[in-house]
Amino acid sequence: VAVTAEKGLDARSVRADFPIFEQEIHGKPLAYLDSAASSQKPRRVLEAMNHLYETSYANIHRGVYDLGERATEAYEGAREKARAFINAESTREVIFTRNVTAALNLVAYAWGFDNLGPGDAVLVTEMEHHSNFVPWQYMAKRTGAEFLVLPVDHDGELQLDELDSLVSRARIKVVASTYVSNSLGTVTPIERLTQWAHEQGAIMVVDAAQAAPHRRVDVQALGCDFLGFTGHKMCGPTGIGVLWGRRDLLEQMSPFELGGHMIRKVTVEETTWNELPHKFEAGTAPIAEAVGLGAAIDYVTEVGLDALDRYEHELLEYALPRIAEVPGVKLFGPPAEHRAGIVSFEVAGVHPHDVAQILDWEGVAVRAGHHCNQPLMHRLGVPATTRASFYLYTLPEEVDRLVDGLHKVRKTFA
Amino acid sequence: VSNELDSLYREVILDHYKNPRGHGVIEDADVEAEGMNPLCGDEVSIFVSFEGDKIEDVKFRGRGCAISQAATSMLMEMVKGRTAQEVAALDREELLDEVGIPLTPIRLKCALLGLGVLKLALHKGKGTPLPDEWAGLAEDLELK
Repeated sequence: VAVTAEKGLDARSVRADFPIFEQEIHGKPLAYLDSAASSQKPRRVLEAMNHLYETSYANIHRGVYDLGERATEAYEGAREKARAFINAESTREVIFTRNVTAALNLVAYAWGFDNLGPGDAVLVTEMEHHSNFVPWQYMAKRTGAEFLVLPVDHDGELQLDELDSLVSRARIKVVASTYVSNSLGTVTPIERLTQWAHEQGAIMVVDAAQAAPHRRVDVQALGCDFLGFTGHKMCGPTGIGVLWGRRDLLEQMSPFELGGHMIRKVTVEETTWNELPHKFEAGTAPIAEAVGLGAAIDYVTEVGLDALDRYEHELLEYALPRIAEVPGVKLFGPPAEHRAGIVSFEVAGVHPHDVAQILDWEGVAVRAGHHCNQPLMHRLGVPATTRASFYLYTLPEEVDRLVDGLHKVRKTFA
Repeated sequence: VSNELDSLYREVILDHYKNPRGHGVIEDADVEAEGMNPLCGDEVSIFVSFEGDKIEDVKFRGRGCAISQAATSMLMEMVKGRTAQEVAALDREELLDEVGIPLTPIRLKCALLGLGVLKLALHKGKGTPLPDEWAGLAEDLELK
């Protein structure tokens, strides 16, 4: 990597680390503006996974032989990297999961079943990804708890002044919120929400899927109780995510998935559980994926999360007015100050899928759809939006190509 | 490249999208059905009036991408006056020929949404079979 935090971020040299950009799409350089869905992978991550498979692969934790030891070391080494990445106190609090969805399901089930019931309530925000919405809605139904939704205003910011009116209705036990909205890029005031949640005696669950790849996430500073992030949105492979949870809560919780590795002792009469974090990691772990995540953490850390955050913000400041200038284009979401590198918009009279299709012919990859945010789309009064999202390899001229493409969309549908 | 783009959004598609044929509601329809494609949020409702087994009138309303709405509009012109049985057995290629553009698998679902909803309406109204090919698509299309 040719950049450091002190020097800022040189997207052009970052880009050279990503083999995917060596191709053209429809005869044009790939402008990949869909990193909020999944990021591309630097060579180093691919090599780290390959290296494990080629030199040090075996199943972990139980092998007595050398290969098994090395694979275990690699896997547990990745856990330490994940711990440091979010400034958790202990690796015992760092549970590898399949992705954020699996992490949030783990909390919803394992914590929810023992702690929710009639008279209790779960509060989520209106802009949650379905992964932090549906599990809580479901668990509330299953346990007889109430399901409350904190609305967003027309700029896509949480209506925090509504919080206190929700309290009187039920005893709030869980507040679940995204750190950064995947549709609108809204950065939510997690510290403030956490403080409020704790005042209610509730736990605070944070979906950091869109935050961890782009900005410093410090679980101790945030003060929350659970937080999930995923590898594939931050230069890592698919199939690996992290649930961080406060140790005392994790200790009290029943296990979620049951089977191999998560046990201490199994008899016909009874089974006891393994210690943390293994209690929550049943079955063969995603070993190479964890190693890939470790390499991805090294990569984004070396690029520098502060530099990355600043760079994406510059891109955003450049992009928002330029996109808004295209006739018929309406932007959704908050002003740049409260926003990460995500831009959702609509083009009057043109369905987002048609927008995305025309942009594809220009080599510009954007996402069109409801972004797993159907309640939010309902609030915005649209079936879907077109979304462009930025990452450490995004170039300003790719924003220009997006804008040129939008003019073509307008021309085609004129 | 621009040729391929032109062919995807060829004049006739845009014309059907902007001026959909058979657009509207039949208030006293014999049967109606609706469906959506959750991938892009395309929605189509189709209303059918029968005269015997013949489709006397058919209309649709909906919102969604140009491909889904234009293909449904074309479908309205194709099926009016034909029998329910004939249309229930309509090969999807007949509609796709009319649409006349190359479609990726994702866009194929857009193009075939209207046909799926229509066949569902005929199934509800006349008990015509829902072809096997919809078995797989029915989930994606959330046919109701």
